[in-house]
Amino acid sequence: MNNQPQQPVQEMTAGMSIVVQTVTRWVKSFIFLFGLYIVCFGHLTPGGGFSGGVILCCAFILMMLAFGRERALRRLPLGRAGVLDSVGALAFLVIAVVGLFIGGVFFANWLAVPAAAALQRLCAAIGVEPFHLLSAGTIPLCNLAIALKVCTSLFLVFAVLAMLRVEQQEQEE
Amino acid sequence: MPYTLCVILFMVGLYAVATKRNLIKIVIGFIIMENSANLLLIMLGYRAGGRAPVAFRDGVGDAATAFAQSAVDPLPQALVLTSIVISLGVTALMVAICLRVYQRYGTFDISEIRRLRG
Amino acid sequence: MSIETLSIILLLFIIVGALIAIETPDLLSAVICLGTIDIGFTILFLFLKAPDIAITQMVVEVVCLVILIRATIRRDKAVVTGERQFFGLMVTLAVIAVLALFTLRAVPFLGEFGAPVFTRVESAPAARYLSDGVKDTGAANAVAAVILDYRGYDTLGEATILFASVVGAVALLRRKPRKEVQEADL
Repeated sequence: MNNQPQQPVQEMTAGMSIVVQTVTRWVKSFIFLFGLYIVCFGHLTPGGGFSGGVILCCAFILMMLAFGRERALRRLPLGRAGVLDSVGALAFLVIAVVGLFIGGVFFANWLAVPAAAALQRLCAAIGVEPFHLLSAGTIPLCNLAIALKVCTSLFLVFAVLAMLRVEQQEQEE
Repeated sequence: MPYTLCVILFMVGLYAVATKRNLIKIVIGFIIMENSANLLLIMLGYRAGGRAPVAFRDGVGDAATAFAQSAVDPLPQALVLTSIVISLGVTALMVAICLRVYQRYGTFDISEIRRLRG
Repeated sequence: MSIETLSIILLLFIIVGALIAIETPDLLSAVICLGTIDIGFTILFLFLKAPDIAITQMVVEVVCLVILIRATIRRDKAVVTGERQFFGLMVTLAVIAVLALFTLRAVPFLGEFGAPVFTRVESAPAARYLSDGVKDTGAANAVAAVILDYRGYDTLGEATILFASVVGAVALLRRKPRKEVQEADL
């Protein structure tokens, strides 16, 4: 196997310059933290699962653009991203179906207006009340499931897009 | 008047989809059309002098009625949130199709694609 | 300056930007113009008191731009103009003008700017969402209460659409590169 086609692959997956890499190394944790804040406080301030999930994915996209595809895929391999995607979608569906069994209607908020006495005691023990982080029933759980799903889906799309470009580069040589 | 300009923006996007020969310009036209539809929905829900639909601290009692009297409509905002995420998925799929077409035919021009076969 | 004047100015800016993005022959400039239009939309959503939508529009626009730039960079071939079909262009413009005329006649029925439906019609559900939202669901953000509690089924449909489109895009773009067939990739 001649070494000449190896060169463009190395360039392609090598990422960007040293300035970009240094800044990314510091900034990506803050982006991830900001995304987590938008997701977790989605029932209190503007935001929610969808925008928070896209911000979380932006941290991974930044890593992929600055360091190249290989290092980003070492953090989150493709197989694991696919599994997490399905887990997020299934978690959202499970929360909805549990609402059917406990609350009587599909998608009932089975923590905020608990029909079962045990859940009522649990909520009173934790101290759930509006305008605090632990409030609004199943809404934060749904936000987390949706954010997981959106983040891993978009990461998958980007990883496959980057792989297509590598292949394109090889075919053009 | 703002509604009129929104409709004109939608027609600009429709013109791009209908007349342009470059696939990426067609994708740009779709994006403009989706964004103008979302904007029209949010403008329909705006209340003059209103505030954002996030309740303030003591949201029960008569602060609740003050919130209900002064907030903008949350329902179009919820629908538009859904629509923006859907447009992201649709754009990703369209660009994937464009890339495959470019790999196969070597060009983004749709008249070239119609002529080459096999 | 009232919100109506501000939205007219921003919409004019967006329309000019959209025309530039469509007409410019260079693909990369068109995509960058699309980025400025989307920032115009974000500012307009902020002035229309929709901060949820502004955040979502901003980040979704960034992701769309990165996808489009990766698709168009180093792929600009000069567009082969050939013979411009003048008659076809005129017919299309005439059809679009007729559509615009009919739509603009329907615009006065939307009501005036600044008076949403639930102030005019008593039985609109949005009034109930605003007044009982905190009590029924416990969420302070009325939009989150609507999308995840009152209208949760729509959110399920949206998650399904996102899932399907991402699976479709990955299935279209996915082919193991020949270099990595030997190594265990997944």
